[in-house]
Amino acid sequence: MKPILEIEHLSIYFTQYDRGIRKRQLPVIRDLSLKICPGQVTAVVGASGSGKSLLAHAILGILPYNSHMDGVIRYDGEELTGKRAEQLRGREISLIPQGVNYLDPLMKVGAQIRKGRKGGGIREKCRQALKRYGLGEETEEMFPFELSGGMARRVLIASAVTESPRLIIADEPTPGLDVKAASRILGHFRELADAGAGMLFITHDLELALTIADRVAVFYAGETIEEAAAADFQEARGLRHPFTKALWNAMPEHGFIPLKGAQPYPGTVRKGCPFAEQCDRRRPDCKEAEEVPLRELRGGRVRCLHPEAAE
Amino acid sequence: MKHRLQFAAKKLLRMALLLLGVSLVSFLLMCASPLDPLQTNVGQVALGSMSQEQVAQLEAYWGVDTPPVQRYVGWLLGVLHGDLGSSLLYRQPVLAIIGQRLAGSVLLLLTAWIISGILGMTLGVIAGACRGQWPDKLIRGYCLLISSTPAFWLAILLLLIFAVWLGWLPVGLSVPIGMDAASVTLTDRLSHAVLPALTLSITGVANIALHTREKMVDVMESDYVLFAKARGESMRSIVLRHGLRNVLLPGITLQFASISEIIGGSVLVEQVFSYPGLGQAAVTAGLGSDLPLLLGITVITSAIVFGGNLIADLLYGVVDPKIRRRAAKG
Repeated sequence: MKPILEIEHLSIYFTQYDRGIRKRQLPVIRDLSLKICPGQVTAVVGASGSGKSLLAHAILGILPYNSHMDGVIRYDGEELTGKRAEQLRGREISLIPQGVNYLDPLMKVGAQIRKGRKGGGIREKCRQALKRYGLGEETEEMFPFELSGGMARRVLIASAVTESPRLIIADEPTPGLDVKAASRILGHFRELADAGAGMLFITHDLELALTIADRVAVFYAGETIEEAAAADFQEARGLRHPFTKALWNAMPEHGFIPLKGAQPYPGTVRKGCPFAEQCDRRRPDCKEAEEVPLRELRGGRVRCLHPEAAE
Repeated sequence: MKHRLQFAAKKLLRMALLLLGVSLVSFLLMCASPLDPLQTNVGQVALGSMSQEQVAQLEAYWGVDTPPVQRYVGWLLGVLHGDLGSSLLYRQPVLAIIGQRLAGSVLLLLTAWIISGILGMTLGVIAGACRGQWPDKLIRGYCLLISSTPAFWLAILLLLIFAVWLGWLPVGLSVPIGMDAASVTLTDRLSHAVLPALTLSITGVANIALHTREKMVDVMESDYVLFAKARGESMRSIVLRHGLRNVLLPGITLQFASISEIIGGSVLVEQVFSYPGLGQAAVTAGLGSDLPLLLGITVITSAIVFGGNLIADLLYGVVDPKIRRRAAKG
């Protein structure tokens, strides 16, 4: 199937001032590659602070002013330039953000979904979208502070699907929800994908991601370290990278074993594999290698010099 | 209803306490003043040629021989009966003088207040929306320059340029010199008010613009603006629909709080332009040890400032949907 979105060797840097004067390029995402196909949910899983949200902003062309990116993002086979992203966002590409603070606190919900436009059946579209998620017409007249947590998420989803987008990016859309509400939201995502949209689901919760994802990309310190089919997560032996394996082992039903240490901050590891410090299978060359390339392995991809072998 | 009454009672009590405090502090400052009322108002030479009884009479008039506590309590009792006393310098009831002077100043204060508010808000929004680009740098530079310039110095500068060199506007006063009060036209009054009002507006803009800019920068970095961008809203739509809306609430507070700054500024500016307004009367009263007039002016201006803040609080209830919806429910 032809992918709707292809990201190749994407890097995002922040310009920082070191001790006041010296400019420094701080890499937050390094050499990220990802493919999203229509009708599929691709989950990007990583710890907080690993640059996941920036990935969403890069695709939408709304990175903060003090950052810049390298690499290529292709949408529907054509390069997604800043200008093209500007035309497509909100129409073909839409974002489902984290929570209620992504709504203007002083504007009624309906007015925000309609984006200030009138005519063209926008009123009807807005009503339809809300209805689809079980929200009545009265929701349009509410202010964000009047919505409950679950309602706010549904409003955000409704706002993303008013224009029937082909690519939907959901950025941590479930924290703060109970399991039932979260799985209902995820059910909506699955529906959207089954209706033909490509879905990028950004989360820190591997367990949650596995319930709906077709493919999973694991983030570590701003890099994709493994990309695999969700089915590979059935058993530990299907996995390729020691970090993914550690994540798997940390899941409650797989032993609940925590991983010692913490992720390095982006930009602090200049040489070698960033996971080397935490890795239990580290070998001498792991900290010496100039670059650890992402390579194909058993139908997925892994960024490791000595990947886990399938026994 | 009960809630509103409580609100009003609380505000009134607060206002009474504030006015009491302000009047007490101004009274104490006046007591601590090194100026001797007799020497300043009568003069050393005239005093020397007066008899002991005449001097004693003057001392009684200026209240020099009365103990301070007795003076303040006497003034306070009068105020509680609705009598602000009589001015020692002008020999007229304090209220009459304040009314007259306020009428002269109100044109000045109001134009300065409105112009600085609208202009400050507009510049602040533009600077915040274009953060880091040249409009922002220009506006910020202007604001920093103006806020580090003393108002009286700016007044003198404008006076030099527009009244002395270019001769477009009169040098001072509120009406032309030597003209019959009946034949003074509105144009005369306006042309005399332009320079002082301009000075007050220019200095007032800086503060409001800088504060609005900060708020606008916060709004532009907020999650909801990010999401508005992601939804495909244009920059124009974001600034007009989300920016203005969210800057408006703090803007109201800022605008009404600036009343105090405008009144404070008018004291200096009216002095430079010899504009016979409330500010000038305050200076005269202070230097001439005219206790009743000075206390009257401080109390009345404090009440105006307090009233401004009260209006801001009430407007909040109208503008902020959170307060509005709560009021509608309860």
